[in-house]
Amino acid sequence: MKVAEAEDVRFGRFEEFAAARAKVEPSWLRDRRRAAILRFRQLGLPTTREEEWRFTPVRSIATTEFEPATARSIPVTRAAVEPFAFAGLDGPELVFVNGRFAPDISRPSSLPAGVRVTSLSEILTSDGALVDDNLGRYVKFEQHGFTALNTAWMIDAAVVLIPKNLVVEAPIHLLYLSDAERPAAAHPRTLVLVGEGSAARMIESYAGPAGQVYLTNALTEIVVGANAQLDHYKVQRESTSAYHVSSTHLTLDRSAVFTTHSITLGGHLVRNDINALLGAEGTSCTLNGLYLAGGDRLVDNHTAIDHAKPHSESHELYKGVLNDRAHGVFNGKIYVRPDAQKTDAKQTNQVLLLSKDATINTKPQLEIFADDVKCTHGATVGQINDEALFYLRARGIGRDEARQLLIHAFAEDIIERIHIAPVRKALEQALLKELPLKD
Amino acid sequence: MKTLEIKNLHARVEEKSILNGVNLSVQKGEVHAIMGPNGSGKSTLANVLAGRDSYEVTDGEVLYEGKNLLEMETEDRAREGLFMAFQYPVEIPGVNNSYFLKAALNAVRKHRGLPDLDAIEFMQHVKQKAKILSVDPTLLSRSVNEGFSGGEKKRNEIFQMAVLEPRLCIMDETDSGLDIDALKIVASGVNTLRSPERTIVVITHYQRLLNYIVPDFVHVLSGGRIIRSGGKELALELEEKGYGSIEAHSEPQPAPTA
Ligand SMILES: Nc1ncnc2c1ncn2[C@@H]1O[C@H](COP(=O)(O)OP(=O)(O)OP(=O)(O)O)[C@@H](O)[C@H]1O
Ligand SMILES: [Mg+2]
Repeated sequence: MKVAEAEDVRFGRFEEFAAARAKVEPSWLRDRRRAAILRFRQLGLPTTREEEWRFTPVRSIATTEFEPATARSIPVTRAAVEPFAFAGLDGPELVFVNGRFAPDISRPSSLPAGVRVTSLSEILTSDGALVDDNLGRYVKFEQHGFTALNTAWMIDAAVVLIPKNLVVEAPIHLLYLSDAERPAAAHPRTLVLVGEGSAARMIESYAGPAGQVYLTNALTEIVVGANAQLDHYKVQRESTSAYHVSSTHLTLDRSAVFTTHSITLGGHLVRNDINALLGAEGTSCTLNGLYLAGGDRLVDNHTAIDHAKPHSESHELYKGVLNDRAHGVFNGKIYVRPDAQKTDAKQTNQVLLLSKDATINTKPQLEIFADDVKCTHGATVGQINDEALFYLRARGIGRDEARQLLIHAFAEDIIERIHIAPVRKALEQALLKELPLKD
Repeated sequence: MKTLEIKNLHARVEEKSILNGVNLSVQKGEVHAIMGPNGSGKSTLANVLAGRDSYEVTDGEVLYEGKNLLEMETEDRAREGLFMAFQYPVEIPGVNNSYFLKAALNAVRKHRGLPDLDAIEFMQHVKQKAKILSVDPTLLSRSVNEGFSGGEKKRNEIFQMAVLEPRLCIMDETDSGLDIDALKIVASGVNTLRSPERTIVVITHYQRLLNYIVPDFVHVLSGGRIIRSGGKELALELEEKGYGSIEAHSEPQPAPTA
């Protein structure tokens, strides 16, 4: 395992890091880190020889010397955060800089009694046992190198705990900001537990200064309790030179309703995994996604929905706009277990290619072991509709503006599903700025 | 003054020659009807005039208000006052009808050296036109043509025409798919647009429309040429005898000169 050990060193000196953490952390966490780094040393980073990473070469990550992201010498100010905050959004906003909670630039907000929106270091002092029980329980860090790496190297975490039967109106914003002078690797970690019968809305944002090269290796665990609802957003506005690898592990209890919108605007190499376990009857899971990429950028979305019990439904709609030589990958797995009768699963993947050099690899993967189910999938890859373009131009609208209108309309289909108005507005603005990604 | 002069126009699509020497001259303020069997090239002619680039012009020329039309971009033709009402209006999901109309109107106005209309002025302008054409104002808040009925699409075309106030209106089978009431509304809407400054070319299969929009000239297009031209009574003759008799007995006629 020599190669992997060499790799491990490139993310920092783990032994020093672990020794320092051990002074402030409980022993279970120390043991978990240790197990994770051992696993990472076995696995290393995935290669394109692995089916799940076939189109996504992370070699460039493996050959960059990353420093472990630490607190910056020059502190990050609130001004650096503003562009990524959503104007008009009220509710708690926790900012993490390079994976570490930054209370001085975060925004507290009053929440219903019992709701906790805080950092790992803080919650370890009050509810250590609860974190011990849950952190890492919904994801197998053995899964691949990145999850193991996150578990070994996470410096902090955002923890959202919502007790039973509460409605949390204020959207909770977790903002993970990277900022480093030299290439650094941050491992943001999130744990969200929504108690039985509760409802909440939350946004995970990932961002960094334009032009900076860094790695964000994020891992999120979400549990939505029985009859609870979570409206979730992931808004990724990293530097277009950055690497962004993230995985979200979701567990739904009986009659839980979960919706997520994953919006990818930044990143040079992006890999998003969502693994959803519909582990009880009557759940509803909606995964929507929008990604825009130009230049030589690569955006890979892998989703896996596991229908384990009867009467659950899943809806999935991903849309991508690719320009220049950008490369998109979409892989959507749907498992329907023998038990999961009356499953209703629908998957749609649509891609708009703006240039002849842009490419997409799309693969639906349905594995159905129950007979009384409804499962559909559809993928469309197309260019701008010439008929529509001609129609707009025939009314006096210039070619560029007409193109922009059509691309915008394609993307807007996802944006208009966003229920939190300030987030929707900010993304509409961002779309106008990004599109039409020119010819 | 001539609004439109088409000389020996030849056009093809994917190696298939469709227009084989069309000659047509239209004076300002006149109404011309073009009739002809299915597949004779009527829509092709309309689309070539509007600038659709899937049709390749292989010979001939077209002057619009004295300028070389075929050299102009599609949007510039529209801005210069040419409007084609589509035989099959395109559905554009996600593009709001009223946003689209405003963008179109302001593009046209800008070209004419007029300032943009603000939201209130725009709504006033549009509401007035919607009323004339009995267009349901809720259609404005929907996506362009998306889910519109056949009749609603056709009416929306004429509504756009009324909003944009073009100088040359080319209507490609606007009457097909309209019921009797809708046909009257559309025809009277078109008639309110009639003026000595506005030239109208209607493509139709049916005499019915021409009872309302009475043409100055009627032309028969067949096999990619105008094989006969006449006054409004020609439409009646066609209704009675069909195209067959004309095709059998006609030689291509020179464009009427006036
Ligand atoms: N894009 C195209 N590709 C191939 N053939 C085409 C295309 N567009 C038109 N044609 C053919 O050209 C011929 C003329 O078509 P056009 O639509 O101009 O006829 P039309 O006179 O408008 O007929 P209709 O009365 O049915 O509307 C037809 O044979 C048609 O099939
Ligand atoms: Mg036609």
